[in-house]
Amino acid sequence: MKLTNDRAAELKEDFPIFRRKIHNQPLCYLDNAASTQKPQAVINAIKDFYEHSYANIHRGVYQLSQEATEQYEDAHDAVGKLIGAGENEIAFTRNATEAINLLSHTIKPLVEGSTILLTEMEHHANLVPWQQLAKKEGMKLSFIRMREDFTLDYGDAEQKLADDCAILSVSHISNALGTINDVKRLVGLAKKNGALAIVDAAQSAPHGAINVKEIGCDFMAFSGHKMLGPTGIGALYGRHELLEQMEPFQTGGDMISSVTYESAQWNDVPQKFEAGTPHIAGGIGLAKAAEYLQNIGPESISAWEKELLKHTLESISSALEKGDIRLFNPGHKHSAGILSLNLAGIHAHDLASLMDDMGICIRGGHHCAMPLMNKLGVAGTARASFYLYNTTDDADRFVAGLKKAKEMFN
Amino acid sequence: MDTWESRMMYQEHILDLYKHPHNTGRLKGATHSHRGHNPLCGDDISIELIVDGEKRVKDVKFHGNGCALCIASASLITDAVKGKHIDTVLRLKKDDVLGMMKIPVSHVRLKCVLLPLEAVQKTIINSRGISSTE
Repeated sequence: MKLTNDRAAELKEDFPIFRRKIHNQPLCYLDNAASTQKPQAVINAIKDFYEHSYANIHRGVYQLSQEATEQYEDAHDAVGKLIGAGENEIAFTRNATEAINLLSHTIKPLVEGSTILLTEMEHHANLVPWQQLAKKEGMKLSFIRMREDFTLDYGDAEQKLADDCAILSVSHISNALGTINDVKRLVGLAKKNGALAIVDAAQSAPHGAINVKEIGCDFMAFSGHKMLGPTGIGALYGRHELLEQMEPFQTGGDMISSVTYESAQWNDVPQKFEAGTPHIAGGIGLAKAAEYLQNIGPESISAWEKELLKHTLESISSALEKGDIRLFNPGHKHSAGILSLNLAGIHAHDLASLMDDMGICIRGGHHCAMPLMNKLGVAGTARASFYLYNTTDDADRFVAGLKKAKEMFN
Repeated sequence: MDTWESRMMYQEHILDLYKHPHNTGRLKGATHSHRGHNPLCGDDISIELIVDGEKRVKDVKFHGNGCALCIASASLITDAVKGKHIDTVLRLKKDDVLGMMKIPVSHVRLKCVLLPLEAVQKTIINSRGISSTE
C-alpha cells in the first residue's frame, strides 16, 4: 500500500503517544533515527502476554510455559521473515550494539586476514567493539573513505577490501547523514576477497525492504526499538552454518544442552546465543512490530520517507538562504529519511531546544559518530529523521522552526 | 499559558548575551587560566583571570565556542566574579548561576550553563597554571 499524507495521518492514530501535547502543541516527533514510537498493537501484544500467557520459557512442562515458549520462538521467525532470513538464523540480543559485540567477541576464529574494515561514517556501536577486537587480537582497523558528497568512495573500498581484509562491517544507512550505502556491492567485494561481511542495519531494517540472501552478507544486526518494538530487544542474523561454528558470547542457563561440574555442551542455535532468561515479552512485542511493518509494506515506508525528505529539502531551499544553512546529506536520491544540518551561528543543542519549545522533537549532537563529526569539522549537527507516521505537516513545522530559529538568533 | 512568546529558555536577555557577550577575549598577564570542555556537546570555554595580591579577581575574560546558554552563562559569571575575593568565587553554586540566568534550565542543558562556573573555579583550584579537564 502506497503511503500518502492521508494514510500517514491515519497511521498516526495507531500510536497513542500522538494524543498528547508537548508545550501545548501537537507532538511532532522527528527523532526516529534514535528511537521510534510504539503502535497500540505492539503495546497490546506485550500487555496481553503478561496478562494471559506469561511464564518462563523452555523448561516448564506446564501449559503456560509452553505457550510462552511457543510465542517467543515464533517471534524469531516473524522477525527473520522481515529481512528474508532462513530458519534458525535469528538470535535475539538486547539491541544492535549487543549483536555487534556478540560478533566482535566470537568471530575471530572464523576469519583469515588481519584487517577489520569499517567506513568513516560508522555509529560508535559499529566502531568501538571492533577497536576492542583489534586491540585484543593485534588486528588493524581501516576505514572506507567518505567522499565530499557524503557517499562512500567505492574505489577506495575495492582497494582496501583486497588488502588482507578479514572482516567488513558497514552501516547500511548512516544514522548521522542518511546516506544509503550500497551494501550489496560492498558485500560482493568482501566475499570475492574472502572476508566476512557484516551489515549494521539499525537504520535500514526498520525503514525498507531488506533481504539478507540478496545482499549476501554473513551477519546483520538491528534494534527493536528503532522499528516500533520495545527497548531491550534486538536481533542478530547470521548464516546458519556460521552460527553453528561459533562459540557462544555469554554462557549460563538456557544456552546449554548438558552441564557437568567440569564442563558444558552448547544448546542449538539460536539458544546457544541467548544465555539466561531472555526478554520474552520484548521478543513478542518485536514480532508484532515486524508484522505491523509487513502489513504496511517496507517498500512503501522507504518511498514515503524519501518523499518527506525531498519535500523538506525543497522547503528549506525556498525558506532559507544558502549561506545560512549547512546540510550534511547526499541528496534525496542517495539518502534515507534522515536530514542533518546546522544553521549558521546556532549551536545544534540550541536549535533542538528551540524546536522543543514548538513541540518538535529533533536530535542535536554528535549522533554517536564523534569521528565523523571531527571529519566534518563540527561539534555536532541537528538531525530530523522521519518514519511512516510523519506527514508533510511535520516536515513543514520543522522548516518553520528553522526559520524561526534563524530570526531569533540573527 | 505556554506560548512561543513566553518560551522558557531563549528569552531576550539570554539571546542578547549570546549575540553580544561580555568579557570576551584574552588577558595579558593572566595569573590563572582553565579550559572547560564538554566533548559531548562541543561547549569549549577558556577562562583567564588576573588575581591581585589581596586575592581578588582584578580582571577576567573568556574565549571559546558554545551554545547560547553556555555563552550567556559565561558572560554573567565573568561579570559576577570581577572584583570578588577568590574564596567568594569558590563558594558560588549552581543556584547562584541559575539565579543570574533568570530562566528555567532543563535538566539536559544544565551542563551547558554550569561549565563556565566550573571553569572559573578550576582556574583557582588548579592555580599552578594552564590546565584542562573534560
